Order: sequence, then C-alpha cells, then structure tokens
Amino acid sequence: MNILVCVKRVPAPGARINITEDGQAVDTAFLGFTVSPHEECAVEQAVQLVEKHGGEVTVLTLGPAEAQEQLRTAVSTGVAKAVLVPIDGADWDAQRTAQAITAVVESLEAAGGKFDLLLFGNESADSGGYQVGIRVALKLGRPMVNGAKGLDIADGMAKVRRDSEAGVEIYMLPMPAAVGVKEGINLPRYPTMKGRLASKKVEVQHSAVACAAGGLKLIHLRRPPEVVRNTKILGTGPDAAAAVVDLLEEIGVFK
Amino acid sequence: MSVLAVVGHDRGRIESASLGLLTAARKLAAQLHTTMEALTIGANADGLRDILAAHGASVVHQAHHAALVDFGPEAWGEVVAQLVRKCAPQVVMGSGTERGHEVIAQAAARLDLPAAMNCTEFDAKFDGSQALRLVRARWGGSLLEESELDAPVKLVTLANHMVVPVEAPASASVTIIEVELDAAVRHSFVRERVDRVAGVTLATSPVVVGGGRGVGSAEGFASLEELAKLLNGIVGCSRAVTNNGWRNHTDQVGQTGTRIAPDIYFACGISGAIQHWVGAMASKNILAINIDKEAYIVSKAAYAVIGDLHQVVPAISAEIRRRRAQ
Ligand SMILES: Cc1cc2nc3c(=O)[nH]c(=O)nc-3n(C[C@H](O)[C@H](O)[C@H](O)COP(=O)(O)OP(=O)(O)OC[C@H]3O[C@@H](n4cnc5c(N)ncnc54)[C@H](O)[C@@H]3O)c2cc1C
Ligand SMILES: Nc1ncnc2c1ncn2[C@@H]1O[C@H](COP(=O)(O)O)[C@@H](O)[C@H]1O
Repeated sequence: MNILVCVKRVPAPGARINITEDGQAVDTAFLGFTVSPHEECAVEQAVQLVEKHGGEVTVLTLGPAEAQEQLRTAVSTGVAKAVLVPIDGADWDAQRTAQAITAVVESLEAAGGKFDLLLFGNESADSGGYQVGIRVALKLGRPMVNGAKGLDIADGMAKVRRDSEAGVEIYMLPMPAAVGVKEGINLPRYPTMKGRLASKKVEVQHSAVACAAGGLKLIHLRRPPEVVRNTKILGTGPDAAAAVVDLLEEIGVFK
Repeated sequence: MSVLAVVGHDRGRIESASLGLLTAARKLAAQLHTTMEALTIGANADGLRDILAAHGASVVHQAHHAALVDFGPEAWGEVVAQLVRKCAPQVVMGSGTERGHEVIAQAAARLDLPAAMNCTEFDAKFDGSQALRLVRARWGGSLLEESELDAPVKLVTLANHMVVPVEAPASASVTIIEVELDAAVRHSFVRERVDRVAGVTLATSPVVVGGGRGVGSAEGFASLEELAKLLNGIVGCSRAVTNNGWRNHTDQVGQTGTRIAPDIYFACGISGAIQHWVGAMASKNILAINIDKEAYIVSKAAYAVIGDLHQVVPAISAEIRRRRAQ
C-alpha cells in the first residue's frame, strides 16, 4: 500500500495574527511554522495504515525551500519519502497549487506506480480553501471524500467515516482513492529517536513545475475589528467564588 | 442570468445555514437586477419548494436522479456543474458548511473555475460585468482576505452565521432537471448512516466549562465535570488537552474543533491562542480562570478570576451547592 500525503507549511501564530505592511502576507518575523492539525492527522493515519498493511508513505509539499522542515517532521514520525515542489515568493492560489500537485503526482506515479491513497487535510490552516485535494483528485480520476473522521482499508475499498449534522455517515471508495482528513481521526504520535535520525538523512526530492495563476487573486489581508475589553476581575483565588456565582445569577444560568 | 443558491439539505430536511444563504443570494440578485434561483438536489427535497419561495426564489430547479437519495459530494458537485452549463448563472452560492464547501469545490473543479470559500462581504458596486471583489475569512475567521474573483461564473460559499434569514415571498416556478450521473461520481455516496440522537451538544450547550493545559491531567478534569453538571453544562477543552490525550477531540473548542456559543464559557487554564479564541468568541460571556493575569484570555474575556483553577473551580461548585441548600 503506497500513500501520498499533502501538507502545507503555515505560520503558527499565538494570540493574534500580524500582517506585513504591504498587506500581502502574515508577518512571520517572530513565528514558528507548522502544518494544519488536519494534515498532521493525515500523516498519522497514513503511517498507521502502512504499519497495518505494508507499503510506504510519501509526503509532499508545495512551498518555499524552508518547507523541508515540515517534510522532515513528517519523516520523523514514520514517513519514508519526501517531495518538495519549490515556489519562490508568494503563496500560490488553490487552482495553481492543485495543477502543480497533479503534475508532480503524475510524474511520481509514472516512475513508481500508482498511490493507493492520496491524503489531504480537510482544509489548509491559513487559506481555508477547502478545494486543493478535490481538484487534484478529479484531475487524477480518483473518487474523493472530505471530512474523514475514520479511514480503514479492506478488499480494495477505502471505508471513510464522517460526521454530519444528521449523524455518522459511511462512504466506500474503490481504490485508488483520495480522502480529506479531519483532526480527531487519531492522535498523532511524537517523533522517535530513530525517526529524528531518519529525518536528518532523508533526501528531499525536488520537483519544480511551472503553472499559471488561477482566477482568485489576493488584494490584501486585514484583521477583523478587535474586541477591546475592560476585563472585570472578579477576585483572586477561591475567595472569588461568591462573586462568580453572583454573576451566574445575574446572567440567568444559575437559578 | 441569475444568482443560483445551492440549497443544503439532508433527505429533504433543509440545513439551517441555507436560509441565510437564500437571503444573501437574494440581495446580490437584486443588486444585479436579476432573479434569485434555488437548486435542490434529489427528489426527496422537492417539498422544499414552498420554503424556498417564501425566501425569495423565483425559480426552483429540482434535480432528479434515482441515485440522489443521500448526500454524495461528487454527484452533488456534478449536478451543480450541469446546471451551470445549462443556465449560465452569474453567481453560484453555497452555504459555509462542510457539505456546502465540498459541493462548491467539486463543481468548481468540474467547471475548471476558481472558487472563494467563506465569503463575508461582496462588493456593493458589482454589476455582473466585472471581476467580483469580495472579503473572505481565513484562519477560521481570525483573518480576512480581500480578493478578486475573476471568472465567467462566480462560485462562492457564504461564511456561516453571516446573514440573518429574512423572508421575502416570491412565486417560485419549478423546473425539473433529469441529471446524468456516470458511474464514477456515484462511488462517493453515503453507504450507511447512523442518525444522531437529539440532545444538547458542545455547540448548543448554554454552559461550557473549558479546560486547558493548566488542568494538568485527565483526572484534573473531575472538578470541571462537577461544575458543568451543577449548571447542566458540558465540558470543553483546548487542543493542548486533546494532544495530550486527556480528552477526546469531540470536546475541543476552536478552529479545528467545535465553535461554541453558550451564555457563559468558563476558560480554565487556557491561554487564549487565536485558534482557540475563534471557537469561543461567540460566547455571550467569557470568564477566564488563570494563574497568570497577563494571559491573553484574561485581556480578551469579559470576566476573570486570577488564581489556581484547582482551588477556584471547586470553590465555585461549593458556593453553588451552598446557595442551593439555602
Ligand atoms: C492551525 C492551528 C489550529 C489550531 N486549532 C486549535 C483549536 O481548534 N483549539 C485549540 O484550543 N487550539 C488550537 N490550536 C493550538 C493553539 O495554538 C494553542 O497551542 C492551544 O490552544 C493552547 O492550549 P492551552 O491554552 O490549553 O495551553 P497553553 O497555551 O499552554 O496555556 C495554558 C494556560 O494555563 C494557565 N495555567 C497553568 N496552570 C494553571 C492553574 N493551575 N490554574 C489556572 N491557570 C493555569 C497558564 O497561565 C496558561 O495561560 C491550533 C493551532 C494551529 C497552528
Ligand atoms: N501548498 C500546498 N502543498 C501541499 N499540499 C497542499 C498545499 N495547499 C493545500 N494543500 C493540501 O490541500 C488541502 C486543502 O487545502 P485548501 O484547499 O487550501 O484548504 C490541505 O489540507 C493540504 O492537504
């Protein structure tokens, strides 16, 4: 079983997100980087499936050279191969990203055979476009379901469990298939010593592709109006309990 | 020429987000001097015609195919794509729900058109002839993007809870479209389902007692459970807690968890990172309990108690019990 997981390098902001002066990007001067929790879970799910059924996991990202950091983190938790699709400068839009990933998957598959599964996050943490995986899957002719909270493999089918407003739903996709994963499907593991060593040694394959921009163009980013609060301190330590219960009475949650 | 609203429903029951969607689509249609039309997918949704008319749809397109019983993202996206090719609407709007995003993304992929998800505003000067300036939510709503959607048909989803539904009765005519679905798009249908039992959930509970890393352990949640029980509330948590395996992800509040809107949210031992905050900010009242008076959550909450949650939370429960006994 060969599985490809697509992850995107994004900043990890704390209390607020600051924007660069030109309004084109998040100001990352003092920030670390990560991937979406959904994508961390997609990596973990792939590693677990391969542990059970054999095969190997490849992780792919389209991003700046620094995105190797996110690829190596994935390797440290059990991924075998890493592919970087390098871009210079600004983020690519969803159509352009999908086109590039599609081309790279095609060439990887021409060399090494079809991936049984393509895994994506439900949505990227920063852009939240909900579409890159869907576009790639359609171009490659793979059935695709997003929002997976469960994913098992049996008899050439991918069994996807997902929550909806109405309840729990099960989908059965003939493989090769594509799935968008949501956080909560599993609890991602921490890197092992052996994993850390492997992540230093792994050779990151570079696959550059040229693609034209799509039809959604960023003009600028801005922050929503911020709540400015004069926080009312009800007290310090357990002595504040009476004031808290007074508040509960006032707002009507304690009668 | 029209604005087309893609109505979300489950076996004929309309999703609540779709009512706000109809209102937003109708406003945009009025701005473009055109009609708002609605699309329902599957014959089991034909009965929605009256409610769609009441919300201003002048045409209801009812897509029929024997396979269209439950939700299927690829089939639904294919239906939207077929209708777009046939009717050439100027704008296609879906709801900002998981299914809504997925259907619009599927349609966009099939039509090879761009799509803008989670829109919060559309340019008031848009007349249908130019690119559409819009604002959309990123980072789960902690950042806004102003962008330009340049395409012959504009595919968008409306961010959830942005528009309050307002009725505006129209006399909707009905067109039935028999769609063609090839075998490939018929794989991704719901095969089995277990319906949810009705009841209060984290998303709808009037009281949420949330715990973060400051709780320290799975066992540490006992006092939060107790307080929640006294107030008929539900326990929530931060991602630090789910990552540590102290609680299930179904309890997580935030960008990649649940969005809550209780009358009161107790944020105990939670720092207030922006990804947590976006899930909690719709709460009517927030009470932060934190040892650190400089914690972000303390400055963002309406109320705060500075202290160790392991002392403060049991004291609140004791005070509630004391007053009840009186
Ligand atoms: C893309 C992305 C998505 C994310 N999605 C989510 C999400 O959905 N939900 C979410 O919660 N996070 C999410 N996060 C993680 C988020 O950035 C924070 O890491 C997380 O919310 C921190 O959890 P915390 O507040 O419990 O822990 P910390 O930040 O470690 O804060 C612990 C707090 O507890 C206080 N404390 C310690 N001991 C005590 C005590 N005895 N009594 C009282 N107070 C005490 C401390 O002063 C501190 O303020 C996401 C991150 C990313 C990058
Ligand atoms: N730059 C990228 N590199 C690799 N994968 C990506 C990239 N952008 C998006 N994806 C994948 O597509 C999913 C959906 O992204 P989006 O459409 O931006 O919400 C993400 O969770 C990733 O799995």
